[in-house]
Amino acid sequence: MPTLTIDNVKVEVAAGATILDASRKAGIRIPTLCYMEKVQAIGACRVCLVEVEGAKTLVASCVMPAGEGMKVKTNTKRVREARRMVVELLLSDHDGDCQTCNRSGDCELQALARELGIKEITYPGAKGRKLIDDSTPALTRDSAKCIHCRRCVAVCSQIQGVGALFPQSRGFKSVIGPAFAQNLDTVTCVQCGQCAAVCPVGAISERDQIDEVWAALDNPKKHVIVQTAPAIRAALGECFGLPPGTLVTGKMVSALRRLGFHAVFDTNFTADLTILEEGTELLTRLKKALVDKEKVALPMYTSCSPGWIKYVEHFYPDIREHISTCKSPQQMFGAVAKTYYAEKIGKKAEDIFVVSVMPCTAKKYEAQRPEMNSSGVRDVDVVLTTRELGRMIQQAGIDFVNLPDDKMDSPLGISSGAADIFANTGGVMEAALRTAYEIVTGKQLPAENLHIKPIEGLQGVKEASLKITGAVPAWSFLEGVTVNVAVAHGLSNARKVIERMKSGEANYHFVEVMTCPGGCIRRRRPAARDHRRGADEAHRRHLPRGRREETPQVAREPGSRPDIQGVPRQAARREIAPPAAHAL
Amino acid sequence: MAVENACACGEKLSEEELLAKLDEVLLEYKDKPGALIPVLQIAQGMLGYLPETALKRIALGLNKPYSEVAGVVSFYAFFSTSPRGKNVIRVCLGTACYVRGGKNVLDALKHQLKIDVGETTKDHLFSLEVARCFGACGLAPTIAINDKVYKRVRPTKVGEILEQYKEAAKQGEAHG
Ligand code: SF4
Ligand code: SF4
Ligand code: FES
Ligand code: FES
Repeated sequence: MPTLTIDNVKVEVAAGATILDASRKAGIRIPTLCYMEKVQAIGACRVCLVEVEGAKTLVASCVMPAGEGMKVKTNTKRVREARRMVVELLLSDHDGDCQTCNRSGDCELQALARELGIKEITYPGAKGRKLIDDSTPALTRDSAKCIHCRRCVAVCSQIQGVGALFPQSRGFKSVIGPAFAQNLDTVTCVQCGQCAAVCPVGAISERDQIDEVWAALDNPKKHVIVQTAPAIRAALGECFGLPPGTLVTGKMVSALRRLGFHAVFDTNFTADLTILEEGTELLTRLKKALVDKEKVALPMYTSCSPGWIKYVEHFYPDIREHISTCKSPQQMFGAVAKTYYAEKIGKKAEDIFVVSVMPCTAKKYEAQRPEMNSSGVRDVDVVLTTRELGRMIQQAGIDFVNLPDDKMDSPLGISSGAADIFANTGGVMEAALRTAYEIVTGKQLPAENLHIKPIEGLQGVKEASLKITGAVPAWSFLEGVTVNVAVAHGLSNARKVIERMKSGEANYHFVEVMTCPGGCIRRRRPAARDHRRGADEAHRRHLPRGRREETPQVAREPGSRPDIQGVPRQAARREIAPPAAHAL
Repeated sequence: MAVENACACGEKLSEEELLAKLDEVLLEYKDKPGALIPVLQIAQGMLGYLPETALKRIALGLNKPYSEVAGVVSFYAFFSTSPRGKNVIRVCLGTACYVRGGKNVLDALKHQLKIDVGETTKDHLFSLEVARCFGACGLAPTIAINDKVYKRVRPTKVGEILEQYKEAAKQGEAHG
């Protein structure tokens, strides 16, 4: 347990801690760029330099172990000048057109330059390559803005287990990107957008589709409706300076109406539908396996996370049949809106324009998938992320913080409450199990019957077992059966579950996978800054509020919702795509 | 794409046969740490260059992302992803050679061959690369063609050197 002094503050840290860890403990801020707590400490950017008494050179605090009796200074002339030089050098190679950059105001490099008091760039010189990649529906990359911090590389390979990005070439030719600096659509990228979420600058960002929405709103022939995912209402406020996690449902609805949307709906409506369908599908598969002794694909994996589906198509094409054929809530919504709702309001599918607001870039990709047109036209026209909606509200000059509260439209606007936990890791599984349990036993699932516990030694994977007792006659074959389930978030964790199944180490019936670590709720953050502080803590801060809305709703089980009856069921199912063309 | 290449014994192997050999190498190196660079060297030695098919096989065989394999290949000038010419010219730009005009020798070669560093002439006779120090600094500037090192090279003399290889190629054709 070394004790050291940082700027005259004494602090004791655990063995193995770095100077940066110690300074955070002591409440002293050291700027960082390439560092990501628990994910990456590579000492690459040198922004975190500090002076250690007796050391010849300045040291990178993110990688330097804290030593007993060390005397560290974080704010000397030498440190300030060195950090300034480091950032000046980054800026000299950076395509700094801040005024037109979509990350302006939310850019860590910009913030750092201001924080360090940089007034001019004293190192004019050569610039790196400018390659623009807008080959995918989800993301845009601009290599000239990249500062080579490698955060994207770390999340893509370690957290997602995809490894689509890596430094290519060397010197001024060097770019961080797919193999041989190709475009993302030629590699195994799953378009999850984790890279964009951690990029400190505007080098990888979500594809901006605001103008497409404005065009639809300006078109008098179009009936433009919007669905908002549960994660958005707790994230949007942050774009307007409200504390993270503030629920702004009412203001968000007002803002959407002022933007000109004809109706505002809650994706929760179809989340209920997903749960119902998914629970039923699980039971059907179980019945086929247990009673009809047919060969069915078990375990069944959840299907609401499009990055996960693409991951399976690239890396495990042999388990495609195992993924539930239910559409995700977003796509169910689009399909229902352009069929059931269209009929109700007497419009043609092609005159309805469906916008979704989602926490996730992969949803942009999902909406563009060729099979997502069960209404005859594209079911969801444009997907905006939280950041984009925030910008759109700003463009319209709306004073968000002072808006009055408004309510979502019904009938597509009420939900059971079961769907509110949907966005959290474990939420889909829990909700679907509850539904299945109720179908089988006619009773609600007693809370104590479902024990979800972490698996020893496997972070990011949890499992649970549920013994079915008191089955109604139609489902009596399930009496006494124990259903094993698992929950994984982050694709590298999903891989662990698949491998456990393959090796026979585990035997699950139902597995929930969410592409993003922590589930969708983690992705609702409009800003990237959390990643400097540590994702875990940020997740904890958000969680209670995400679950908060669960209580006031009326019906618990989505099956008991009157408005769900009568919705066309074929709209709820997706087709299984043929194997992806390229395996790598 | 047929890869024309000969292994040390002079017998010609088809691309399939070469890739099958590569798979054997991959099995051997699979669980060794730091295997990527040696495997790439072996593969380039066998195939003459590193085609995409080989790189993807290496990525799968060593369980590494393709982006990482490509990143390593594109980092080191030694690795080539396009077929190299019959004769590989490497111009030393190490400190001694640089100071003694290695850059001018390189420019002269680029001019004569009408190619840039990393490229191969249309007739597949020459590829041009740069290198760092052949250990002959006392006789700088130096270039190496295949395994032969030329010392105290003058930019005006590179034409003569190239001529020998062109001549040899013609002879070879006449005999072949
Ligand atoms: S979108 Fe996801 S899979 Fe694609 S490069 Fe970014 S992190 Fe990797
Ligand atoms: S793209 Fe962004 S996250 Fe990736 S290395 Fe460049 S600056 Fe860093
Ligand atoms: S070197 Fe420490 S944050 Fe980049
Ligand atoms: S520098 Fe060229 S041979 Fe040493």
